[in-house]
Amino acid sequence: MISESYPKVYLYRRVVQAKLFIDNNYAEKIDLNNIADEAFFSKFHFIRLFKKIYRKTPHQYLKTVRIEKAMELLRANVAVSETCYEVGFESLGSFSALFKRIAGMSPSAYLLRQQQIKAHILKTPLDFIPNCFAEKKGWKEKQF
Amino acid sequence: MISKMSHVSVYVLNQDSAYDFYVNKLGLKVHTDAPMGPGMRWLTVTPPEQPELEITLMPVTEGMVFTKESAAAMKELVSKGTFGFGVFECDDIYATYEELKAKGVEFTKPPKKEFYGIEALFKDDSGNWFSLGQKEK
Repeated sequence: MISESYPKVYLYRRVVQAKLFIDNNYAEKIDLNNIADEAFFSKFHFIRLFKKIYRKTPHQYLKTVRIEKAMELLRANVAVSETCYEVGFESLGSFSALFKRIAGMSPSAYLLRQQQIKAHILKTPLDFIPNCFAEKKGWKEKQF
Repeated sequence: MISKMSHVSVYVLNQDSAYDFYVNKLGLKVHTDAPMGPGMRWLTVTPPEQPELEITLMPVTEGMVFTKESAAAMKELVSKGTFGFGVFECDDIYATYEELKAKGVEFTKPPKKEFYGIEALFKDDSGNWFSLGQKEK
């Protein structure tokens, strides 16, 4: 039996549960006050602990998760407007602005770039697979 | 002169299941996921803060690296938990431990203070084990 004795196990579990709640419900309207209410008596205490563990406030973390999920959807070739609502944004403007700030380019530029990369992989997989493995697989440069 | 390590391979029993484990549970990022013939893909993932180190999730199948006999022997060894592939680092090991455990990751050792830092041990979906470490703050 594994013993689980480290300081503040209970507090850790509450904060981790809050983080997982954000991970699982980022697409919904999340009221971060509710999370704090459920986790601790004090919202201030909750935010401080969350930030200590994840280096972001719950709100900042939620925004990051939404943008990362948006990048996943765009990589899977989902349209920009659909992506925006899928990850819980209510306006395209605020989605695009935040996406650009985090990803360094607009959602549509990101989508286009991912499409180009995919086409490139399909056309010339050897650019992406180290040669030693491609050769073992019997793939030679001349086949492409 | 060697300057860096760019790829390391982890031998896995099934790439689909490994994708779920390494990406959805551990939270690693997909670097390349390229088709490489029937039933095989070139799948590499990177730690979130170390995008330059690609971990290749290499299926133990006949034909790539292994003969039929070697593949069978390797599969047995991997699933028995013979191989330890390395150490993952995190900021807060107790939070990471609780999160991974909640996601169904099997730990063989909970976080424990050692002379070199705090360490826990877990297994991947194939049976490979890893150390999870946090440097003392």
